[in-house]
This record gives sequence, structure tokens and C-alpha cells, in this order.
Amino acid sequence: MTLTELLQLTTGGVVLGAMYGLIAVGYTMVYGIVQLINFAHGEIFMLGAFGALFVYAWVPALHEISLWLALPIMLAAGTVISVVAAVAAERFAYRPLRGAPRLAPLITAIGLAIVLQQLIFLYAPLRELRDDRWETTVGAKQPQLFPQLPGEALQLGGVTVQWADVLTLGFAVVAMLGLAYFVRRTRTGRAMQAAAQDPDIARLMGIDVDKIIVIAFAIGGALAAAAGLAHGLRYGQITFDMGFIAGLKAFTAAVLGGIGNVYGAMLGGIVLGVVESLAAGGLSYVDAVQQFGGGAWKDVWAFVVLILVLLIRPRGLLGERTGDRA
Amino acid sequence: MRNRPFPRIGVSVLAAVLALGACGTRSEETGATTTLKIGFDAPTTGQLSAVGLGMQHSAEMAVKEANAKNLVPGVKFELVPKDDQATPSIGQQNASAFVADQDVVGVVGAYNSSVSQSMQPTTASANLLQISGANTNPTLTRGAKHKDAPKRPYKNYFRTVTTDAKEAPAVARYAYNELKLKEVATVNDGKVYGLGVIEEFTHEFEKLGGKIVVKQQISDKDTDYSAVVSNIKSSSAQALMYGGEYPQAGPLAKQLKAAGKDIPLLGNDAVYDDEFIALAGDAAEGAYVVTAAEPIGNSQVQQKFVTDYKAASHKEPYGIFGPYVYDATMAIINSVAAVAKAGDGKLPEKPELRAKVTEAAQNVAFDGLTGKIAFDEFGDNKNYSVTMNTVKDGKWSVVGPVG
Repeated sequence: MTLTELLQLTTGGVVLGAMYGLIAVGYTMVYGIVQLINFAHGEIFMLGAFGALFVYAWVPALHEISLWLALPIMLAAGTVISVVAAVAAERFAYRPLRGAPRLAPLITAIGLAIVLQQLIFLYAPLRELRDDRWETTVGAKQPQLFPQLPGEALQLGGVTVQWADVLTLGFAVVAMLGLAYFVRRTRTGRAMQAAAQDPDIARLMGIDVDKIIVIAFAIGGALAAAAGLAHGLRYGQITFDMGFIAGLKAFTAAVLGGIGNVYGAMLGGIVLGVVESLAAGGLSYVDAVQQFGGGAWKDVWAFVVLILVLLIRPRGLLGERTGDRA
Repeated sequence: MRNRPFPRIGVSVLAAVLALGACGTRSEETGATTTLKIGFDAPTTGQLSAVGLGMQHSAEMAVKEANAKNLVPGVKFELVPKDDQATPSIGQQNASAFVADQDVVGVVGAYNSSVSQSMQPTTASANLLQISGANTNPTLTRGAKHKDAPKRPYKNYFRTVTTDAKEAPAVARYAYNELKLKEVATVNDGKVYGLGVIEEFTHEFEKLGGKIVVKQQISDKDTDYSAVVSNIKSSSAQALMYGGEYPQAGPLAKQLKAAGKDIPLLGNDAVYDDEFIALAGDAAEGAYVVTAAEPIGNSQVQQKFVTDYKAASHKEPYGIFGPYVYDATMAIINSVAAVAKAGDGKLPEKPELRAKVTEAAQNVAFDGLTGKIAFDEFGDNKNYSVTMNTVKDGKWSVVGPVG
């Protein structure tokens, strides 16, 4: 394996990891405050991608302009759908179960994930360009084609980088800087830290914990929507069940980085992405272990790394940040 | 109040007359009608739903036509479609449901070789005839040692399409002799079909003197192939042979081209779908894919099928397998017809019927949509042809028959 190939695999891994990280932030923030593993979060990511596709399909004006100009509108639409879905899920599915045994909201989350998937599968209002004609279909029963960014890929010293990759990394950087500012410098952000440490004391100090929880769900939803858009642009197609695997990987990333820790979520995502990429691509070059390389084995290596980290550093790479609930 | 009884009487008289009338026409033409069911199994939701639904519509057309033409006097056929989601365990459940329903005389399906592999033991246990119009893995009819010591595993399983053992080597020969390719990368999707295709391809390509420079596997649940792509990119491969289906082949070709490796994709018939071109975009250009026969539309019967299919305005095209599924359905109907003929128009009792129909299928011979349909001692179609296709200007076009 040459250095260029190593760099190519690493770059691919970082981009994939940034996408996992964007989704993982949603898991980790919610877990940090309410100790709920929101398994429906992968579906929020899927809804973000479909939201962006809906607005592109149904607003003909967007087809006339460059996709770069249409992107902000698509991102906005995806964000609106994801945030509304995330907040509604909190309000109607999880809040009534606050204080219930932990298993109840967990099972609710899995149920909600199935409901959201099937809603898109059966009822998504879609339009597709077929033979130069726009056809309306109901339900995303097949993979849906996602518009692609124009222009040639960038060549950085032999390493090919797609524009969608640049965009994904851009989303991740902006999101992390924004989050860091929000959590450290704003009043609401500090209130969120307080609620994560001890919701009861926070409430005594006059913090509206319910509002903080809603905000955590909303921020998670917005970042998931950005990841959804990035996924569509990177792979050129989206499916109703794309949230399942992506959600599972993002959850793994959150645990890897230390659940409850937003920086840990992004770091965990990137580590996971790079491990997957190097394991799948790199092992194929080593003759003795070639059969353990390739796409089919990459999930195995991702989870091997998770198990190793949990054995050596049970609280994740950057440490958990959850309140004391004893 | 007084008037009430009259309409009632009127209605019952009318009903009686109608009933008598109905009986009259029936006994005049055909005697008592029995309804027999034909099971249908394919992925009709999920990634492969376009192909699956195209197959289902084709099977429905066969049943409709058999009923309209009264091919088996006194028997009306009814198609019972079931979705297997391209999952072997669900296909097996469907097979159990078909076996449990005594009215089912035959099963058309499945699409995936892996699904049929799981259905075979179940249908075989009840001696229920199963004919696939899409399974191409050779082991289904010739057993694990299909090359050296072929042995038919199930007497009740037949197929109308040709096998990978014929198709994949044809790709290898075309690639080596016509396209002058010496080094090829292979990728499979880890499924029975995909593994079989690559095995057959590799065997033939290496025999000719070619070299497989990259051997990779992906999962059909994956969307990110960057690791595999970067492997191929850094190799000397002149083409990529993919063993699998279009939902993965399209994005794989696209990601490969985006990474800067502009080499053609080679594939077997599961790649042949308009959706492949839609998914791959520009990267589909110059792909070479074999199909078990030419796209239909030449003969008169084929044109009639195409017109009828269009008239029904289905959203999904009949695709490459629709005509074979039509023939598979017709083969079941013809087998029932043969049993009826042998019994002078009378069908044996239910449990015995299935065994007789399966027996009859072995000797069935008729002119189907795709040509003559008759099965050899393994259950494969005696008549087969392989056609090479390529993508030109965003459309499939026929290159010609290949051996």
C-alpha cells in the first residue's frame, strides 16, 4: 500500500466519520440529560435527507439554478422536518414516560423508529425525473435518486476528494464550533450543562428543564438533518431504511467517545469511520489477512474497536459526562 | 305495509333465475368450475421491488390469459402473490403458507437464488411444483458439485431462465476475446447469486489466460464502497466484474468513476435494469451486461405481450425476467392441463394432484413467450441463449448473441 492510498482511505474514513459524528451528537446530548438512548434518532437523520429531497422535487425553481444555490433551501427544509419530528417525538412519545422505568422509553424509541420508517415507505410524496418527465409517486418503496453536486472532484496530491466530502466536513466543523460556543458561552448552554449534571438541582435553581430537553432534541435533529443531506449528496441515493445502520453506527460512535460528551461523539465518529475505512481497504493489501479485509468485514472491525475501547477505557475516549444518578 | 312482500318475492325470484342461469351456462360449457391457486413469490417491496412487481404483473397476465382462453377446461386459476423482501427466511415462510393451502398447485418464484434455496426443501416436502423465471445459480438444479458431478437436489424445482454457468463464462469470454481485457477486478455481494457469478466468471477468465487483480466483497446493506473503490483504483484493473444486483452495481460504478477510475462495469443479468443507469449516471456508459435472452419484442406473441403489458399501464417495466416468469406461470398451467387431459378432463383429488402436476412438468413442452419451453433431466430449460448488452447514451442496447 502506498502513502497515497493510505491517505485516500484515511480521508474517506474521516468524511464518513464526520457524518457519523453529526448524528452521534444527537444521541449523546439527549442521553446526557435524560439518560434515554433515542433509537429513533437514525430515523430523524433519514427524515432530514427526505426533507431536503421533498423541497428539491416539489419546487421547480430549484432545478433551474445551480445545486450549490439550492443547497441552503434544501438544508433548511430538511432541518425543519427533522427538528419538528424530533421535538414532536419528545413531546408526545418520551415526555409522558419521563420517570417511567428506563426500558419503557427505550422500547417506545424502537417503536417510533419503525413508525417513522413505514410512514416514509408508504406515504412519502415524491417526484422523480424519469425520461425527462416528472412523475409523482407515493411512498419511497425504492431507493430515491438524490441530486448531485456539479463539478469535477478535487485532486489533492493524488487523493480524490468529492465536493460532497468537503461539504460534509464543513458541516461538521461549523456544527462543532457552534456547539462549543453554545454550550460554553450562552445562558441556555450553561443551563444545559447544569441540567445534565443534576436535573433536580437545576430545576431548584430556576432552570426550565423541560425546555432544555426540547432544545437538546432540536439541536440533535438539526445536526442529523445536515448529516442526511450530506449522505444524499455523497451516495446519490436515499432509502427509507437508511437510518437504521447509520443510527447504529452513530450510537456506537457516541459510546466510543464517551456518552454524554458532544466532543467525544464527533471524535468517536471519526475514529469509527477511519477504522472502518482502513480495515476494509488496508487489510486487503496484506496477503495473510486479505480475507478479513473488504467491505463485508468492516462492521466487524468497527465493533472490535468498540469492545477494545470499552474494555480499556469503559467511559469512552473522552469520558462520560452524565449526572450522578445513584 | 301490504306492498312489502312483493319486492321481496321479486328479489328472490330474480336471484333464483340468475342462479339457474349461471348454472346453465356453466354446465353447458365446462361442467363445474374449480379454482386452483398458483403461488407467486418475489421481492415486491424494498430495493428490488421494481423487478419483483414487474415479475408479478407478468405472472398475472399469464393467469388472466389462461382463464380467458380456458386453457384447462373447468379450472379457473388465481395468482396468490407474496412478498419475500429478498430475504430467504421470509421466502421459506411464504413457501410454508403455499404448502399449507391445499388449493395451491404450483409456485412461481423466487427472484433471488438464495431465497429459492430456502424455499426448495419446503415445497419439495409437499411435492409442490416450483418454477422460477429468474433464479440463475446453477446449484439449484445441479447440486453443489454442478460442474463435475451434477446431481439434481429437488425433483419439484424447475426454471425457465438459463444459469450463471452459461452466462458468467460468456461474459468472461467476451471480456477476454472481444474487449481484449487481461486484468479485471471482481466484487461480489456475498449472496448465493453474486458468489456464484464471480466463481463462474473467474474460472473461465483465468482459463483463458486473464488475471483477477482484485477480489473484493461488499454487503448489500452498504452504501459506502470507498474502501473497495480505493482498492480497485490503485490496481491495474481494466474493468470491474460485479456479481450482484443493480441496487449496488449502480452506486458502485458511480463511486468508482467519481474516484477517478473510469473503467467499464461487467455484469450478469441482475444488473440489467433501467434503474442501474439511473443510479450510476454517467458511470453506466460502456457497461457490458449479459442477459439470458434478447429483450423481447420480435415475434408476434412477444409483441402482443408488450402491447398488453403497456395497455395495463403498470408503473414497473416487465424487465428482463417478466417474460420468463410469464413462461414459468404458463408451464405450471400447462402441467395442470396435461394432468387434466390424462384423466379425461378430471383432476385427481387434492393431495394427489400436486404430485401429478409436478410429474407432468417434467414432460411439458410448449411454445412460450421466450421460445420453446421444455425441461431437461435437471429441471433446466432445454432452450437457452445468452445476449450481450451495453449502455450507450444512457440506454441499454443489444450487442448480439454470445456463446
